[in-house]
Amino acid sequence: MKHIRILRRRILRFTVSAIVICLLLFLLQRLLMPKYSVGTQDGAMIAEYYNDAPKHNLVIIGDSEMYENISPLVLWENYGINCYIRGSAQQLIWQSYYLLEDTLRYETPEAVIINITSMQYGEPQRESYNRMTLEGMRWSTSKVKAIFASMTEEESFWDYVFPLLRYHSRWNDLTEDDFRLMFSEEKVSLNGYMMQVGVKPAENVPEGRPLADYTFSDVSYQYLDKITKLCKEHDVELILMKSPSLYPYWYEEWDAQLKTYAAEHEIRYLNCVNNDEIGLNFQTDTFDGGLHLNVAGAEIYSNFLGRWLQNEIEISDLRDDGELVQAWNSKAADYEEKKSEKYRELSEQ
Amino acid sequence: MQFVSYSFLLFLAVVFIIYYLVPGRFQWMVLLVASYVFYLFSGPKYLIYIMVTTFTTWLAARQIDKLKKQQADYLEENKKTLSREDKKSYKSAIKKKQRFMMLAALLFNLGILAVVKYTNFAISNINAVINLAGGQPIEFVSLILPLGISFYTFRALSYLIDVYRNTISAEKNVFKFALFVSFFPQLIQGPISRYSQLESGLFTSHHLNLKRVSFGLQRILWGYMKKMVIADRIVVGLTTMTADTAAYRGAYVLVEVFFYAIQLYADFSGGLDMAIGAGQIFGVTLPENFERPFFSKSIKEYWNRWHMTMGSWFTDYIFYPISVCKPMLNLSKWSRTHLGPVLGRRLTVYLSSFAVWLATGIWHGASWNFVFWGLSNYVVIMISQELEPLYRRFHQKFNVDGSLLYKVFQIVRTFLLMGFLRIYDCFDGVITTWRMVGSLLTTGNWNILWDGSLMQIGLSMTDYIILAAGILLMFIVSMSQRSGSVREKIHAKPYTVRFVIWTALFLAVLLTGAYGIGYDASNFIYNQF
Repeated sequence: MKHIRILRRRILRFTVSAIVICLLLFLLQRLLMPKYSVGTQDGAMIAEYYNDAPKHNLVIIGDSEMYENISPLVLWENYGINCYIRGSAQQLIWQSYYLLEDTLRYETPEAVIINITSMQYGEPQRESYNRMTLEGMRWSTSKVKAIFASMTEEESFWDYVFPLLRYHSRWNDLTEDDFRLMFSEEKVSLNGYMMQVGVKPAENVPEGRPLADYTFSDVSYQYLDKITKLCKEHDVELILMKSPSLYPYWYEEWDAQLKTYAAEHEIRYLNCVNNDEIGLNFQTDTFDGGLHLNVAGAEIYSNFLGRWLQNEIEISDLRDDGELVQAWNSKAADYEEKKSEKYRELSEQ
Repeated sequence: MQFVSYSFLLFLAVVFIIYYLVPGRFQWMVLLVASYVFYLFSGPKYLIYIMVTTFTTWLAARQIDKLKKQQADYLEENKKTLSREDKKSYKSAIKKKQRFMMLAALLFNLGILAVVKYTNFAISNINAVINLAGGQPIEFVSLILPLGISFYTFRALSYLIDVYRNTISAEKNVFKFALFVSFFPQLIQGPISRYSQLESGLFTSHHLNLKRVSFGLQRILWGYMKKMVIADRIVVGLTTMTADTAAYRGAYVLVEVFFYAIQLYADFSGGLDMAIGAGQIFGVTLPENFERPFFSKSIKEYWNRWHMTMGSWFTDYIFYPISVCKPMLNLSKWSRTHLGPVLGRRLTVYLSSFAVWLATGIWHGASWNFVFWGLSNYVVIMISQELEPLYRRFHQKFNVDGSLLYKVFQIVRTFLLMGFLRIYDCFDGVITTWRMVGSLLTTGNWNILWDGSLMQIGLSMTDYIILAAGILLMFIVSMSQRSGSVREKIHAKPYTVRFVIWTALFLAVLLTGAYGIGYDASNFIYNQF
């Protein structure tokens, strides 16, 4: 009897201790993880997708050329396209694939646009960009595979499982925001769009340096094949796209390879570099000298894209869905408010 | 596989579970397989070296043991017929065979160690001579240095010599012997344990003992604290300074002396804490290697408290055999007659000690820096020994024996002296080391100690605060150890107190440890010995 009582007490003590330690570790992890919404906002967007109703008929996956160049509000207001951009900084092609796989767990859109700028990268690039793409993903086999595909040599899988191990030394840089946003981040995007309002005309854009080899790597093609196959399996219209941007340079040789690929696989490829039909003016429509578009440029480009989608794939107009209309009305108000606020901030500078 | 890695923790957890799940008689096999898997992680090509050393040593020891048995049987069978002279001559013949077996295995394995570790050092010295003569230098050879080769070779040889000396019996099972040589916690940086110390722990069955396991885990955690919070943090500043001898001279050398003493101790003793703790969770008690060395009041005492298993190895297997070998006894006799009783008595000690310190230096690394370091220790110890009567007279005259202030003086003196000897390890070349130490007297940049220059060596104020806290904690623990085991003392406290102490230490390591991306965590210094 006494023995059982001691054993019971020991089990209770162990359980309480384990719970206290787990709780401490959980709180520390929440505290020490970077709060992207008040820092490098590009890292906050992947996670925001899960808060939006999965009723999108267009999902755009890619890097900053997507999430800074396309305004989902314009696509909705003018064409009835309910679009979400799953964008992250320097998103690599395998990350796009796993994000697509992840998206298809929640919904099956009519069309998916993949930014193919990342085809030029055949191997993992930088840990900081990996973090911004992968940390926001919910845990799934897609996330696990994305981590293993993306890790640079110095990274460890366990650091993704327990981010506290990665950010353990951030205690020295903690701010009030880290405590305030421990459990919920602020929303930074509108359906994955990150608004920029500044103007920095494109001047002296450098020409591309000649490359020793223009052929995309086998790994890039391998993941492009997987994207194509996955879209076909889910009956999703796949569109490969190169967003309008003057720099980094988009080589004709790269363009030619993608044209060939698209033709061989009977998919659409839309290259918007130097496309006069869009009507962009890189003296006024870019905030960083031609790399990305500001809100004016994004609205112009989104109008072009909406028209193109209507004409080419006859994408559905969802403006008769009351629930979506209501949601978008609220988003439109936020969008306009944010826009005015950003312009005000700009004028005050 | 490094101790400071996720893979090691995972490996340890898996081995632990299997170890306590299998029946007791199979536990040693689990450890053997685990040890070889552990070694395999450092590269499959290294395995052959440890297997060869294991097999040749085991075989030689078995032969020596068989000869011993053969001798006993023969003498027993023929005890009535054999004369005293016959017995003596038979024993002598057997001893000769045993000595041959022992020396063959010993030279073979030392040969392997010498070839893989010292070939390029020898070539560089030969090339220096060839260069002087204007000849064509010899090309360096590309040789792999198996992980922990110095440690496992010494372990195996101590067993061989102990069997030869009849101190222990030879192990019949080659696999059991293989476990002794390769037991993974002590594989990469020691301690250099003896077969008699580990035999019972390794080969008897162990039940899960929660107190023992938690003590083992606590010791590992303490090792992680020393390694990750102190050693791997301070090494950043140390590397910055020693990599640029032109910029960091003068007073910086004094800082380097302090930094290196702390880094080396935290790194090496931290690694040993992990090894001993890992052994403890499997019920295997590994010998201690440090006993608060920085509290030593003399160099001799320091060497009795620092890397103790290496020190006792050199004493048992180099110092004593040389001291009592026939030529040395003859020399002793001759010197007493011709040089007088004082010098005559000391000559053999001087020579045997010289051999020990030369071997110690060479064992530590294939460079002249280590040779000079070993011999510098020898010179300092010999001088201290000779001055001992003088010290005694001084102590008596000024009545300082037992005075706290004088003890502190002795401790600081020993720390500084050892620090300056150890600095050979930090620089590339003996001349550079001398020049750097000399710059202390010539540069006169003492202001760097307080003008903020030490904030420019890769360490921030936060780093210094963490280091100060870590070193203070080490100091407090060392002080507390004088009156018994710190873990036992904590264990005697109420559960809540214990929980708070160990959780705080765990979180301190987790949050202030220098690990992960952004930190260039160094390997254990003693890994490649």
